[in-house]
Amino acid sequence: MPSQNPRQPVPGTTIFDGEQARRGYALNKMCYSFNDAANRKAFVADEDAYCAKYGLNAQQREAIRNRNVLQLIEAGGNAYYLAKFAGIFGLDMQDIGAQQTGMTKDEFKAKLLAARG
Amino acid sequence: MAKIVGTITTSHVPAIGGAIAKGLQSDPYWKPFFDGFPPVREWLAKVKPDVAVIVYNDHGLNFFLDKMPTFAVGAAPEYRNADEGWGIPTVAPFRGDPELSWHIIESLVAEEFDIVTCQEMVVDHAFTLPMALCWPDQKWPVRTVPVVVNTVQAPLPSAKRCYKLGQALGRAIASWPKDEKVVVLGTGGLSHQLDGERAGFINKEFDLKFMDSMIDAPDWATKYSTVELVELTGTQGVELLNWMVARGTLPEKVSKRQANYHIPISNTASGLMVLEPAA
Repeated sequence: MPSQNPRQPVPGTTIFDGEQARRGYALNKMCYSFNDAANRKAFVADEDAYCAKYGLNAQQREAIRNRNVLQLIEAGGNAYYLAKFAGIFGLDMQDIGAQQTGMTKDEFKAKLLAARG
Repeated sequence: MAKIVGTITTSHVPAIGGAIAKGLQSDPYWKPFFDGFPPVREWLAKVKPDVAVIVYNDHGLNFFLDKMPTFAVGAAPEYRNADEGWGIPTVAPFRGDPELSWHIIESLVAEEFDIVTCQEMVVDHAFTLPMALCWPDQKWPVRTVPVVVNTVQAPLPSAKRCYKLGQALGRAIASWPKDEKVVVLGTGGLSHQLDGERAGFINKEFDLKFMDSMIDAPDWATKYSTVELVELTGTQGVELLNWMVARGTLPEKVSKRQANYHIPISNTASGLMVLEPAA
């Protein structure tokens, strides 16, 4: 299915450009803070307060609450920063891939293996 | 005068750090990847570089989106690794070489590459893991100069520009008056995409063509725009821009000393190459 947005010509893909970077700034800034173990702990202790501190908008707050990667990208999240958020829950890249593609983790791993041809 | 002994280009995914920490080098999942490296270490033991220039992209450890340089060069006496949020062990600090860094900075700016300079810099897995793959005892025998390329926030520098940066970097190193040997590392790739409905995208055919081009057609990938490269290699596959910079430091004619390609490690098609200037 071709993308309708001329700025985003690759199907199933959101190129992280200036528009995304502006939209997602607060969200990515919060995720950047998760480099620090004390901040990860503070988020877990009081998620509402932590999100409020970084000024997440309603869409970003909801996406964080849902732990939903596609929603987080829609809200301006960048993969590298979102990975730090996922790290809090011990999720690896196959967990993330499975969630975004609607597959089980085993199905997603099989998809990767299939790329060997 | 300084001499570039060759380039090592390799994938850098964080899961490699997890595998090293757990001692999984011989595990069936990881073995085809780690088995690529003994010949690299033998080559390094033979050429004995004094300095490693590491071309990589930061993933949100040193740079945030508040300030995102297209190209940056480290000029610190020491570079430390730090917690990136997902629990891979940090490694010992790396010695810098501020004199060489400033020589490179002077030379690049004189050639109209107006790079950002960093007298303080933490280095992430894209720097540390390739170093740990080259020197598994993690007693770094080389001084280091980090060169950081923005592959995070579009607009990214074009493959053409990255290749030219590499050529300028090669001239900068070659004009360093000390009689020293320099290895250039380019890290990241090959095809992979972590985000979106297209997550898990891998393009073996393109990767193999790209690796071939590194040997006898080094400017081949410069015909693609960065958006085309995203389409062909995935949102993170564009890290091959770091390979383009590294390749640019070598002359057109090179000899291949090692190559390895394996699908998958984590969500990534891993690539590894060692190239030397042709004799």
